[in-house]
Amino acid sequence: MFYREAGQYKSTYSADMAVFPLKQDRIGIAVILLLAFVGVPLIGNDFFTTTVMIPFLVFSLAAIGLNILTGYTGLISLGTAAFMGVGAYACYKMTTLFPGVNIIVLILLSGLFSAAIGVLFGLPSLRIKGFYLAVATLAAQFFLQWAFVRVPWLFNYNASGAIEVPLRTVFGVPVTGATATPETRYFVCLCLVVVLTWFASNIVHGRLGRSWMAVRDMDIAAELMGIKLLNAKLTAFAVSSFFCGVAGAMMIFLWYGGGEAADVFNIRLSFNILFMVIIGGLGSLIGSFFGAAFIASLPTILKFGLPAIGIPLAGATAEHVTFMLVGALIIVFLIVEPHGLARLWQIGKQKLRTWPFPY
Amino acid sequence: MNTKTMMMGAALGALMTAGAAVAPAQAQDSIYFANNAYRTGPFSGSGIPIGDGMRDYIAMINARDGGVNGVKIIYEECETGYDTKKSIECYEQAKSKNTVLYSPWSTGATLAAIPRAHIDKIPILSMAYGLSASADGTNFPWVFIPPLTYWDGASGMVRHMANELGGMDKLKGKKLGLIHLDAPFGKEPIPVLENLAKKYGFEVKLYPVAAADMQNQGSLWLSIRRDRPDFLYNQGWGAMNPTAVKEAIKNNFPISKLVGVWWAGGDDDARAGGPEAKGYKSLNFNAAGTNFPVIQDIIKHVVDKGNSLSPKDKVGENLYNRGVYNSMLVVEAIRTAQKLTGKKVITGEDMRRGLESLNVDEARLKEIGMEGFATPTKISCTDHSGHSKMYVAEWDGTKWTKKSDWIEPLKDEVRPLIEAAAKDYAEKNTGWPKRSEACEKSS
Repeated sequence: MFYREAGQYKSTYSADMAVFPLKQDRIGIAVILLLAFVGVPLIGNDFFTTTVMIPFLVFSLAAIGLNILTGYTGLISLGTAAFMGVGAYACYKMTTLFPGVNIIVLILLSGLFSAAIGVLFGLPSLRIKGFYLAVATLAAQFFLQWAFVRVPWLFNYNASGAIEVPLRTVFGVPVTGATATPETRYFVCLCLVVVLTWFASNIVHGRLGRSWMAVRDMDIAAELMGIKLLNAKLTAFAVSSFFCGVAGAMMIFLWYGGGEAADVFNIRLSFNILFMVIIGGLGSLIGSFFGAAFIASLPTILKFGLPAIGIPLAGATAEHVTFMLVGALIIVFLIVEPHGLARLWQIGKQKLRTWPFPY
Repeated sequence: MNTKTMMMGAALGALMTAGAAVAPAQAQDSIYFANNAYRTGPFSGSGIPIGDGMRDYIAMINARDGGVNGVKIIYEECETGYDTKKSIECYEQAKSKNTVLYSPWSTGATLAAIPRAHIDKIPILSMAYGLSASADGTNFPWVFIPPLTYWDGASGMVRHMANELGGMDKLKGKKLGLIHLDAPFGKEPIPVLENLAKKYGFEVKLYPVAAADMQNQGSLWLSIRRDRPDFLYNQGWGAMNPTAVKEAIKNNFPISKLVGVWWAGGDDDARAGGPEAKGYKSLNFNAAGTNFPVIQDIIKHVVDKGNSLSPKDKVGENLYNRGVYNSMLVVEAIRTAQKLTGKKVITGEDMRRGLESLNVDEARLKEIGMEGFATPTKISCTDHSGHSKMYVAEWDGTKWTKKSDWIEPLKDEVRPLIEAAAKDYAEKNTGWPKRSEACEKSS
């Protein structure tokens, strides 16, 4: 009734090709952005901002990165966490060498290092596919994590092997380091994620994205149509790793605020992001956000939210209950909709369109 | 999508909003103290007895004395699974509930919390773990690391070697192997050992164990067999320790030459080796066993009433008692803070002053039923560790026994390193504040 396209005519090609062709969708996006930029800082307290919202944004970006590779190009990667780590260490080295440069610029630049490493480890994808490629990217995970521990130059010869995030200001406001307020860090994360999501959306809807999807659906057919597999696969690795690298730099600099970084980027993180992509929905940007909310934020919300609404859970019990609940929910959602939360969202929208007279 | 899933979505949405409103639940006549614990995950073998000990001592103080000077302590555990991400969540929760103290219980969590402590005004008590450099109170006014640092431990290990060999001059040409977790915690002793090796002419061999390979040390022990070190020092935690003990036995390494840091001194760590683990050693700063009035009081007021999470036969084990010791420091610091400020309900800032003036001497230990349980510890404005004494404990097949006298760390060697490292930390972290907190007159 409210969600209907009747009367919305498209009179130009650009209107027809718009990412959000419906007026209601555009209003929805505006409301979400308004909530994110104004609502969360106004309503949420520090605890909510730092433990729910910032991790959600970081993981969303990483999930978008992996989705470009796995969802759009059909290449499975288990090295996501390692590529994130490259971003984090690159950012740390750069801010040590060039302390005067704007830290947000450095966070974005560190994605380029990650992209380069990603291309390097993406080379085997030209020869191998599927599970075999997953094993090849696993090598990236192990090798890079080994390097994070073993190459002391990467962590500035720190005795405990930890990254220490220094104070960096942008326009006089501390953005990283201990004095940066949760709100500032949240804003920086949000701006980066919004801009990069807009970027990703344009890429996947454009020529490059279409060539990726052609490769995903059938690479021989794509090759016969004139798509160069080498270019398509390696750009997918590069763009994907770029997003992961930026997410990794954000993770250490804007969320953790330093600490033992090598262990953070472990194989479990790689798997978690793969689960986010699968549960959120392969080949869907909004699915990446759903997946991140489900896998990363839901356990935290359950663990601290259940006691807050009066269910007396504490310590290890809360942890066990959260574990079981999230596990059960994963199974439930996959039974209800094997194509992920993004597909559920689509079905929901379709039902709304015909409501209250379904046909 | 059917109605059921819609309902579920709505329920989740409601939870989301609830999560946003984790309200501080602090009563006016109590002190809230949040403790990180890990009763799940690969480190739970070490984490459970520690958590039980900490919990039970506080419960005993609440049950026997009605709290500290009549103020009850609300003790809450936050499960971390030894995961830094979850520790950060726990820190944020502790902060929002106005905890008087943050007890990180992992070196990774400590490193992540140190930069925030002075801004949030929450003192950190990392008892004999964490960043060794934080023993320098001038640069780290909010971090406390009594009674020893890992660097003290490493120097204690060197002194133990010298005692066994018959003098510091006998160290020349010997080989010391360091098995360590390949993480900040495991790497802590390396700078001191290398420094002392240069000075006394022995050699240090490093055997790093990746966190994923804690239970898979086969290849590492092959190198140990090849290198044949004279002594092995094990800087391990969790599942890594029982594995090291088992591997030492399997590889015919003389078990009496394997010495663990105090965290490798769990009863279950040694028990894993079976009867052949007899002679395994570990550094220690608290006594094991139940023959102390304080442990008897815990049994009487907490365990026998069914209020403990610990099985009765585990009460008095080494790591359990270590948890008791940690809680004792917390309670004594609260008491000191109350005396200093004249307030009953104290804040984090008062707690910092209390910790800085903490002085648990022999008389006080006797009063609280801990005579012979530990050595006196005194923290001062500049010295946030106290660099107290340790001893070498030996596993006799069923329990830990005191093998050596109290060993003093090589403070003259360690202290300059600590001060240099603290200065270095402050310089590298641009914007690290100069200490503005005044020292107490008494300290």
